[in-house]
Amino acid sequence: MRYFVLGLTLVSALVVSVLGFRGDISRKPPLEIFSDMDRQPKLRPQEPNALLPNGLSSQLLVDGTVARGTPFAATPKNTGRVSGVTNFVENLPLKVTPQLLSRGRDRYAISCLPCHGAQGDGNGITKKIGAMAVVASLHDSRIVKLPDGELFYVISEGRNLMGGYKANVTIEDRWAIVAYLRALQRSRLAFEDELSAAERAQLK
Amino acid sequence: MSDIFPKWTNRLPVWLIIGAVLVTGVSVAGVTYYFTNKYTNVGYQPVQPVPFSHTIHSGQLGIDCRYCHNGVEKSWYSNVPASSTCMNCHNQVLKDDPKLTLVRNSYSNNVPIAWTQIHKTPDYVYFNHSVHVNRGVSCVHCHGQVNKMDEVRHDKPLSMSFCLDCHRNPAEKIRPPEQVYNLDWKAPPGFAQRDGAKFVHDWKVNASQNCSACHR
Ligand code: HEC
Ligand code: HEC
Ligand code: HEC
Ligand code: HEC
Ligand code: HEC
Ligand code: HEC
Repeated sequence: MRYFVLGLTLVSALVVSVLGFRGDISRKPPLEIFSDMDRQPKLRPQEPNALLPNGLSSQLLVDGTVARGTPFAATPKNTGRVSGVTNFVENLPLKVTPQLLSRGRDRYAISCLPCHGAQGDGNGITKKIGAMAVVASLHDSRIVKLPDGELFYVISEGRNLMGGYKANVTIEDRWAIVAYLRALQRSRLAFEDELSAAERAQLK
Repeated sequence: MSDIFPKWTNRLPVWLIIGAVLVTGVSVAGVTYYFTNKYTNVGYQPVQPVPFSHTIHSGQLGIDCRYCHNGVEKSWYSNVPASSTCMNCHNQVLKDDPKLTLVRNSYSNNVPIAWTQIHKTPDYVYFNHSVHVNRGVSCVHCHGQVNKMDEVRHDKPLSMSFCLDCHRNPAEKIRPPEQVYNLDWKAPPGFAQRDGAKFVHDWKVNASQNCSACHR
């Protein structure tokens, strides 16, 4: 009996020392102990795939095609341009509602804030820590004067050092950001007829 | 004439019973300890091809999870970002750093970075990110404090009992939707009973316990 208990203790100690404790950091993939149907021969997104020559399960678009369900018609809403010509549309093609603005504010905070900052002055965190040298201030008078369609285009395709966000931000959300951006810019602008007579006199 | 059975055999049945109880006990303990996701999955931290750190990007720079994982509130699947997303910044930041060689190559040659997937439910389980994050369930419940991890590790077991613990009583875990991506948010005392229960009622939150919800 004594030997049996001793043996059992030794075996347990051995198991614990080989297998370790719960939650230990491990570089090896998890064991699938009863692996019955854990991995089935189906494709999951972003996984490699031996079937196709380039090894991707989500194939890249063939030039000149669009994925099912994505808008493709050359309307002002989809392209930011007046139908038929390359001019940018002057005004948002969507109805500006409080919902659109608050959606825009939300999306701006996700996609633009790291670089352009909460106020749009180009002092986002990347500039503050000195990691990024050039970030445009969105209150720049040249940018304020750009048509809405061109802002949409810049968000979609990027410009110079800024990358495009069309893969990450949907069309509606891009317009929502444009609407919010206009509100941001407006917060630092005043029109002459909004000033009191005394303020107008000061300007002269 | 000697006895057929020596004297010690009288105690044999007792020993056998004690031995069997001990062996069964130890095996059951071993199986419950070692054969569940708490042992097999938790702590898995593969070496990733690029030393990407969530501590720097989410914790210190404060980038929203959705800047990179932009599919998480739209689909079942939370994507890992394409290298073009990294290059939005890294075309200026650490432009020539050797740690980012792979990202730059991937971007210019159009080949994906081979990140190792860490969290992976078995294929017979149906999981959906958007139903959770749009209903006030934060990433932190299922992935731990990712914004404090230099390398992501599997922090929660994601076993069936883990899922069901929350599905049985979501009011405990639910939070206001604007705090879902703020992994440092802690519910103020009494929040679950007061506001959590109200959210569950007002939004008609229905965390199903039917087998067919997760095994379709
Ligand atoms: C990764 C950092 C980064 C992010 C994120 C970012 N931008 Fe930019 N943006 C820049 C930089 C850098 C420039 C300056 C580009 C240049 O002139 O070379 C710029 C320029 C611009 C311009 C001016 C374009 C012009 O005509 O000069 C606009 C408008 C703009 N960004 C809007 C946005 C909006 C809206 C978002 C959110 C969807 C956004 N940006 C997100 C870095 C960023
Ligand atoms: C919003 C801008 C931004 C984005 C997007 C971004 N990074 Fe960074 N990254 C930074 C900044 C800022 C640093 C810190 C630079 C420093 O240390 O001076 C950094 C640092 C790094 C480092 C070096 C870390 C170290 O240990 O020094 C790596 C590697 C890295 N990033 C990889 C990535 C990858 C991969 C992606 C895409 C998934 C990505 N980054 C996306 C801004 C960004
Ligand atoms: C700058 C881009 C970026 C941001 C911001 C970001 N992530 Fe990630 N995330 C990545 C990349 C790249 C990977 C893949 C590499 C890895 O696992 O470290 C990843 C991996 C993960 C994984 C593990 C995926 C797997 O394979 O199972 C989780 C979980 C995760 N991120 C959660 C979050 C959460 C939560 C946030 C917000 C706090 C966040 N991420 C913010 C880029 C980002
Ligand atoms: C209710 C639990 C839960 C919540 C909440 C949750 N996740 Fe996940 N996440 C999972 C599970 C389960 C998986 C594994 C899914 C699979 O099998 O592909 C996963 C996988 C991932 C992956 C890896 C995808 C891949 O294939 O590489 C990323 C990245 C991720 N989650 C990010 C997030 C982010 C960011 C959030 C918060 C916005 C979040 N998750 C919230 C449970 C959750
Ligand atoms: C922290 C809480 C929490 C955890 C953990 C959690 N869930 Fe959920 N889940 C919810 C809530 C709340 C809902 C209900 C959402 C709604 O009302 O639409 C839900 C809904 C679902 C649904 C949709 C059900 C339906 O009727 O369509 C599925 C599927 C699901 N969860 C799967 C999972 C799986 C698989 C896991 C484990 C990996 C998991 N959940 C872990 C809270 C959680
Ligand atoms: C909230 C989601 C959810 C619900 C509801 C659910 N399951 Fe599961 N189930 C899971 C997950 C997640 C796993 C995989 C756990 C793992 O990683 O091993 C699982 C695994 C299983 C397994 C395989 C166990 C193994 O290791 O081989 C069985 C059998 C199972 N479930 C049966 C059921 C039955 C029967 C019901 C209804 C009473 C049910 N499940 C309801 C999420 C769920």
